[in-house]
Amino acid sequence: MHTPIGLPWELLLSAVVLWSVVALASLLIPHVPRMAPAIFPLGALGALLTAGAGVLALRGPPISTVSPLGLPGLPFHGRLDALSGLFLLLFGVTACAISLDLAGYRAREHYPVASRIGLQYHILLASLALVFVAADAYSFLIAWEVMALSSYFLVVTDHHTPVVRSAGFLYLLIAHVGALAILAAFAILAAHAPAGAPLALTFSALRATDPDPAVAGLVFILALIGFGAKAGLVPLHVWLPEAHPVAPSPISALLSSVLLKVGIYGLLRVAFTLLPAPAPWWGLITLAAGLGTALSGALLSAVQSDMKRLLAYSSIENIGLIVAGIGLALLFSAYGLKAFAALSLIAALYHCLNHAFFKGLLFLGTGSVLHATGERNLGRLGGLIHRMPQTAFLMLIGTLAIAGVPPLNGFVSEWLTLQAFLKATALPRPYLAMGIPLGAALTALVAGLAGYVIVKFYGIVFLGRPREAKLAQAVESGPFERAGLGLLAALCVVTGLWPAGVIALIRPAAQALTGGEAPVTAGDHGARIAVAHAGYAPPLLWLALGIIALVGVLVLRLRSSGPARRAPPWNCGHPVAGARLQDTAEGFGQPIRHIFAPFLDIKCRRPGLDDPEPRYEAAVNDRFWEGLYRPLARGFEAVFAGARVLRPRRIAISLLYVLAMLVALLALTP
Amino acid sequence: MTIDLVIRQTLQIALVVGAAPLLAGWIRQCRAWLANRVGAGLLQPYRELFKLLRKEPVVACGASWVFIATPYIAFATMAVAGAIVPMMTSRLPLAGAADVVALAGLFALARIFAALAAMDLGTPFGSMGARRTMLVGFLAEPALLMVLFTPALISGSTSLAIIVRQLARHGFILYPSMAFAAAAFVMVALAENARLPVDNPETHLELTMIHEALNLEYSGPHLALIEWAAAMKLFVYIGIGVALFLPWGIAQGRGLATLPVACALFAMKLAVGGAGLALIETLLAKLRLFRVPEFLGIAFLLAVLGLLVRYLVGH
Amino acid sequence: MTHPTRIIDLLAALFLLVAFAMLSQRRLANLITLYAWQGTVLALSIAILAYETGNTHLYASAILNGLLKILAIPALLRRLARRLDVQWDRESLVQIPTVMLIGLGLVIFAFNAALPIAGLAHTVNHETVGIALASVLLSLLMMILRTAALSQVIGFLALENSLIFAATSVTGGMPMVIEFGVALDVIVGVFILGVFFFHIREQFDSLDLDRIEGRED
Repeated sequence: MHTPIGLPWELLLSAVVLWSVVALASLLIPHVPRMAPAIFPLGALGALLTAGAGVLALRGPPISTVSPLGLPGLPFHGRLDALSGLFLLLFGVTACAISLDLAGYRAREHYPVASRIGLQYHILLASLALVFVAADAYSFLIAWEVMALSSYFLVVTDHHTPVVRSAGFLYLLIAHVGALAILAAFAILAAHAPAGAPLALTFSALRATDPDPAVAGLVFILALIGFGAKAGLVPLHVWLPEAHPVAPSPISALLSSVLLKVGIYGLLRVAFTLLPAPAPWWGLITLAAGLGTALSGALLSAVQSDMKRLLAYSSIENIGLIVAGIGLALLFSAYGLKAFAALSLIAALYHCLNHAFFKGLLFLGTGSVLHATGERNLGRLGGLIHRMPQTAFLMLIGTLAIAGVPPLNGFVSEWLTLQAFLKATALPRPYLAMGIPLGAALTALVAGLAGYVIVKFYGIVFLGRPREAKLAQAVESGPFERAGLGLLAALCVVTGLWPAGVIALIRPAAQALTGGEAPVTAGDHGARIAVAHAGYAPPLLWLALGIIALVGVLVLRLRSSGPARRAPPWNCGHPVAGARLQDTAEGFGQPIRHIFAPFLDIKCRRPGLDDPEPRYEAAVNDRFWEGLYRPLARGFEAVFAGARVLRPRRIAISLLYVLAMLVALLALTP
Repeated sequence: MTIDLVIRQTLQIALVVGAAPLLAGWIRQCRAWLANRVGAGLLQPYRELFKLLRKEPVVACGASWVFIATPYIAFATMAVAGAIVPMMTSRLPLAGAADVVALAGLFALARIFAALAAMDLGTPFGSMGARRTMLVGFLAEPALLMVLFTPALISGSTSLAIIVRQLARHGFILYPSMAFAAAAFVMVALAENARLPVDNPETHLELTMIHEALNLEYSGPHLALIEWAAAMKLFVYIGIGVALFLPWGIAQGRGLATLPVACALFAMKLAVGGAGLALIETLLAKLRLFRVPEFLGIAFLLAVLGLLVRYLVGH
Repeated sequence: MTHPTRIIDLLAALFLLVAFAMLSQRRLANLITLYAWQGTVLALSIAILAYETGNTHLYASAILNGLLKILAIPALLRRLARRLDVQWDRESLVQIPTVMLIGLGLVIFAFNAALPIAGLAHTVNHETVGIALASVLLSLLMMILRTAALSQVIGFLALENSLIFAATSVTGGMPMVIEFGVALDVIVGVFILGVFFFHIREQFDSLDLDRIEGRED
């Protein structure tokens, strides 16, 4: 490095170098077991460096750089602007917590497995950091592919199980369909560069191309498909509930918290910085896709009985809410309402941060539960709050955060989203001004469903009585794991209690993308945020709640000495029989199945009257499998069966095909 | 912050905490009169609370701290919610801390804790109650938000204090959209407070109860806190209804002189609201549980119609 | 904005509300009561319009509508329902919440479609055209979704109410002659339909449309 490239870049590059070194060092773990304890803490250090780079980038002007690496004439371009900075921050702090958890997780893995996870995980981290700062299509796609491949290997860590392999294959397949769409988007945009200019591959050159509206629309749709596949947008979400549960839990946390956000980052990058001003229909499509995704995710997560699948569908739901916010921002931008666009974008980005924190927390917590009990099925868990009190407390914070209740962080982004929806009446088209506030109702419904889902999750896993005898042996998770959980829980609390500070961090990114100043004001020394005179001050609420609860406790405790007397539960006079009589996950989801039956594909088996062994079974399948993917697969099979007649019997004819193709392509090239 | 504001805020909290059981007693008394009974008198809820508070606290075996903390959380949440809603005056220091959306969020917080506490012991009735409460909750939330959107659009803000100020400033005006919102609000309030036709507050019938199933396992002071919180919730809901749909007479000025008049007016509105609730409860029968989504769906629809009508006729 | 206009707006909103209530109602008796309420709202709004514009023939129209739609037709329909012994409609063809959502979509559509019309009209209550149009569409929807013949007739009558409402909101009422003619038509229509129902039931043993349609001959 002969010229100074700025502190953020130095931090970021040192993190990438550190991760690369650690990745290589992981290979040596089986041979030098003594270095194993240092691997993941070093990864966490790199993550902290990245977060620092992100904060600096958010506060300073954008810094571009050209690296000496790359193809001749096509070096790698990098740019650290506010958007990159925000996502680097999100990625850095989440990855730090996950690395801490992995440091504990590693302790119970065999060295070969730990070595493989260490290698792939740190490559994934390095590629993720590069995706967020790549500033030309070529390096972006390279980092993107490295990210997809390394995460694939992490998903199939447990590759001896067929389920895991097929889930991994699905993940890889959809990742590649998405990558193709992104490639096509960049290629089309590059092809519309002004005549005479060199091939436009850097983002600044792509921005300078001025495609006509139809082309811009096509590029936008391709980007939505490509990045939507990564983010888990319905109907491209099917890989997500397969891949997230089979990966090791810290990896699920990383997939859910950070990798889904890469899709969001890409969508924002293309839609707001590479393309010209959006058309209204972009916003409408994005909004509809987001709301549809949110609703499907919420409904399907309500009927799951595997705790990781439940969380995976819940991730789909949250991604839907984020994308809906982006859609709203696009719509406002299309009509020139820049300030409102910035408000919607702040809501969406705030939710990105929140989701990274609370979903990471919940997935890491599930990992601890899985480790302590060996059980993923909700129907075989229960009562863990007595066995794992600290994990249970931290998970309760995540639960309240994801349920979107004050004073935690999930509520802040919900509040901002609803305020943004209220601004939709400013849109100049009556249809939109009348129809879009309904989106707010859908958001509220989804938030309510999320509360339902998470009460089911927490209540069945941690509360009640243990449903299996072996749960009595469950032990509290280790210190590293609790440190990871604690970091994320603390982040949930901080982003919930201090929204003005978080918005001050996000604001530059939203402003850079939309060119507008969001009408969110901070007051009372940052304790309060307000939109259109409607304020929300979580510290004050917290304080008031705390004081009143404390007074209640003091008043009641003054009179009684010692703890309350314990007695058997009353239960309406019925004796409380075995733990299996408790509500199951299926039972808890039954009202949802009943109400939303037309939207779900339910396979239900009821016992007959004279059944010797009566069993009730209900399974809910994703409608998109039967409705979209299986017909698609059958269609492909039919097409390829038809193409089989073209298959030549002699090799010479095969070569003839190649020759003909080559000639045809050369003839077509202008 | 002046001493004046502190007095107002303290008075308001004292009013909500102190008068909520009175409102519950008034509703019970009205129901008794409507059913041609004598009734137990207005002060009966106080006697019940006092009796429960004097008892020895007993907690079920196997209960975790979630179970023990929930009564306090429920009580505190409802008291804070009561501190935010402009009832006698729109100048409250805490009113700026939360708008109507945050208020809905506070109710959700209490609901989630209540559901978790009910699941804590692993009794079948408890988790049944939790499931039903969450069901009613997630259906009522969108309807409530749509109800709140209409006045928020009229006044340009979701802050209750500003809504009250804007609506009261224009004098008595009939807003067609607000008529819809009011109808929807009544339906949502019935469902959220576990009143007929969604839930019957008078019975502990095992298979139909919702709210009562949640606090089956509570006794003594804990039960008192929960019952008190439920009374405050109803009080706050009627307070929100008054603020949104009958804001005239809520004091706007700085001095404390207008407060007694505003207080008397508010008491009258509460009495009318409570009597109306008693009338509704006397006239309606309980719905089957799976008709409840339809009931709340209609509430939602009414609220949306209000929003649309507002857009069409401009007020 | 004057008070009478506001009251008319409120009544228009109530008119729409009744249209929705009819859409969601399962019992025939309640449906007839709702129809009577719709008539009341209609008559009241015409009367207030008459007061506001000082147009005397609108008073006559209000009284005519009131007599016919609050008293005469509901009474006739009740008698018909009793004698035909059809108190209950079968469940509507589609689930009620779904019907409501479709109805909501129609209302949004109608409101948008009516915005330019409302801009052209100069009557005091021209904003309510959208509501009238929405009610027309909702009545049609009700006729489509009901299986019992008598409910369909009520849907038809509600349609006629909505049209009168639309006419008063755009033009301040039709000429007296036409109003009388329409009223006469409606009442004759109800009588004839009543007679027909008896005949239909004698032939088919049912008033359910899907059964009637099922017959080939």
